Amino acid sequence: MAFLQGIPASEGIAIAKAFRFEPIDVKIECKKVENSTKEVNLFYEALEKTVDELKQIKEHASTEAGIENATIFDAHLLVLRDPELIEPVIDRIMKKQYNAEFAVKEITDHYIHLLLQTENEYLKERAADIKDVANRLQAHLLGIPVFDPAMVTENVIIVSEDLTPSDAALLNPSKVKGAVTNVGGKTSHAAFIAQSLNIPSVVGTKTALGDIENGDVLVVDGYSGIVHINPTPELIEEYEKKQEQTLRDLSELSWLAKEKTISLDEQYFSIVGNIGSMEEAKGVIEHGGEGIGLFRTEFLFMEKKQLPTEEEQFHVYKSVLESMNGKPVVVRTIDIGGDKELPYLKLSKEMNPFLGLRGIRFCLGEQSILRTQLRALIRASAFGTLKIMFPMVAVIEEFRQGKLMFREECEKLIEEGVEIGHIELGMMVEIPATALMIEAFAKEVDFISIGTNDLIQYTLAADRSNEQVSYLYQPYHPAILRLIKNVIDAAHKEGKSVSICGDMAGNEVAIPLLVGMGLDEFSVHSAAIIKTRAHIRKLNKSEIEKKIDILLNLPNAVEIESALENFFYKKL
Amino acid sequence: MIEKKFIVTSPTGIHARPATQLVQTASRFTSDIQLEYKERKVNLKSIMGVMALAAGKGAEITIIVDGNDEEAAIEQLATMLKEEGLAE
Repeated sequence: MAFLQGIPASEGIAIAKAFRFEPIDVKIECKKVENSTKEVNLFYEALEKTVDELKQIKEHASTEAGIENATIFDAHLLVLRDPELIEPVIDRIMKKQYNAEFAVKEITDHYIHLLLQTENEYLKERAADIKDVANRLQAHLLGIPVFDPAMVTENVIIVSEDLTPSDAALLNPSKVKGAVTNVGGKTSHAAFIAQSLNIPSVVGTKTALGDIENGDVLVVDGYSGIVHINPTPELIEEYEKKQEQTLRDLSELSWLAKEKTISLDEQYFSIVGNIGSMEEAKGVIEHGGEGIGLFRTEFLFMEKKQLPTEEEQFHVYKSVLESMNGKPVVVRTIDIGGDKELPYLKLSKEMNPFLGLRGIRFCLGEQSILRTQLRALIRASAFGTLKIMFPMVAVIEEFRQGKLMFREECEKLIEEGVEIGHIELGMMVEIPATALMIEAFAKEVDFISIGTNDLIQYTLAADRSNEQVSYLYQPYHPAILRLIKNVIDAAHKEGKSVSICGDMAGNEVAIPLLVGMGLDEFSVHSAAIIKTRAHIRKLNKSEIEKKIDILLNLPNAVEIESALENFFYKKL
Repeated sequence: MIEKKFIVTSPTGIHARPATQLVQTASRFTSDIQLEYKERKVNLKSIMGVMALAAGKGAEITIIVDGNDEEAAIEQLATMLKEEGLAE
C-alpha cells in the first residue's frame, strides 16, 4: 500500500477517487495530406464533436455545478462557429494540403497573437479561451481524450501539478472533495485556494501526478500531509470515523459564526480573515469574520502576464470593500520577492531571495508599481473601511518613504476631485530588528500586524521552504514569544492595535499565549475563524496573563509547550 | 448597403460577453455584416475578429451591412447595442 508525504495545506480528511487534472497540451506538426476532401470532412466531424462536448459542459456547468458564469462557454461555442475560422481552415486544407489540426493552429494563433497585443486585460484573457477551444478541437482531430473537471459526476479528489484561480473556477465545488498537487508550499496559491474552498488538501507531494492514476482511491489527510493511495478497507474505515468526528465538531460550533469573540473574563478580541482574491471575501463573511486582516495583493499580480492596471486593481479593491459592508479590510501592498516571483518583470536572480529585494524594499525601487497600487486603493477607500499596510519594513525610513508616497497620491487624487474615505496606514512586523525597535515605529503607524511565518524564519535563521531545517520552525520558541510581547506592549503604550496574520494566529497551542499577551486581533483563513473563536471563548485572559512571565523565561519551545498543557489544557 | 456609426459607451469596451451577443445577433441575418474601427474591417459574425478589434470605451465604430435583410439587421444591431449599454 503506497502513500505520499506532502505538505498539509488545508485541514480535514477527504476520501474519494482520484481525478487527474492536466491541461490539454497537444503537439501539432505540419503534414501534407493526400486526400484534401477527406481531411475537410474529418475537420467538420471534429468540429461537431467539439460543439456537442462544449454544449454538454455548458449544460453541466450551469445546472449541476451551479457555475454562475456559464456564459463563457457561449463564447467558446461561437469560436467553433466562426466563419473566419472555418473558411480559412478549409481553404488551407484544399489549397495547401495542410492537415486540419495545423490549419486550425495557424488561424487561431493569429487571433491569439492579436488579442495578446491589445491593451485590454479582459481581451488578453480571452486569448486563453481561444487556445482552449483550439486545443479541444485539435484533440478531437488527433483522437486524444479530453477530461473536464466541470464534467465530474461523482465525488473526486483533484490531482494536479498546481492549482490556479482559473482552474478553481472550473472545479465543481459539490463534487471536488480534496486536492493533491505536485508543487507548492504552505503559503502557495494552491494552499490558499484549497483553504478558501474549504477542501482538505496536501501540496508539494512532488510525484502525485506520476504515482496516482485516474480512479485510484485516495485518502487525503490535510492534518498530517499524508496521501494514501488505494488504502486497505480498515484504514478507510478509520479515516471515515475521524472525518465524521471533525464534521460533528464543526457543525456543533457553527452557531458561533454570529457570536462575538469574548473570553471568559469578558475581554473582547477580533477574529478576521486572510484572503488572496476578491472571491474569498465571501467565505470570510459566511464564517463570521469581523473583517479582513490580510488581503495578499500579490496574487493579483502573479496571475497576470503583465502588471495589472490601476483600473483593474480599483475594481478588485472596491468589490472586496463593498462585500465586507463597512467591516475593516487590511490590504497589504504588493509583497513580491522571496518565494513569490513575477516572471514578466524579469528581475535578476538572487542568492538569498528571502534576504533580498522583497516587500517594501522592492516597491521603493519600483515606485510606479506601488504608486499605481496606492492610487487604486485610495480611490476604492470611499466604498468601505480601508486600512493599508507595508510588508517587510526593516527600518523606519522605509515606512516614512511609503507614507510620503501615500500622502502624495492622496493629495493628487483629492485635486482630481476623487472622493476618499478615512484610511489607516500600518505596517507588518516580520523582521526581528523591527520587533526590537518597535517603540519608534509605534509612534508613527496607525496599526501593526505581525507576520509570524516570516518572523520565525528570520529570528531562527531557518528558511521556511527548506525541509532540512524545518525543525527550527518553532512558533512557541521563547525568542518569538518575547518579540511578539515586545511588539504588543509597545503598541498598546501608544494606543495602537496589534494583529497576527501568520499561521500562529490559528494555532491551538499559541492562541492562549497570544490571548494572555493581549493580542487584539487574530487573522486566520476563513475556515479557521469559528474554531479560533470557540477556543478563545474558553479562555480566561487575566489568568493566563499572570503566567506569561514564567512561560517566557523557559529555555525552549518544548518546555513552553508542556508548561502550557499543565496550565490550561487540564482545565479544559 | 447601409452604414451606421456608433460610439462605444461601455466602460470595458466590446469584450467577451458583449462581443458574444453582438456576433449572435449578426449571425441571424444573411447579409454581409462588417465592423470597422480605426480603418480595420472585420466580419461581425466572427467572434475572434470582433474581439481582436479591441474597440474600447469612446471608440468610433462603423457597422456596414449589405444584403437582402440589411435594414432589419442594422435596426436589431443598433437596438442591441443601445439596450446592453454598449454603444450609441
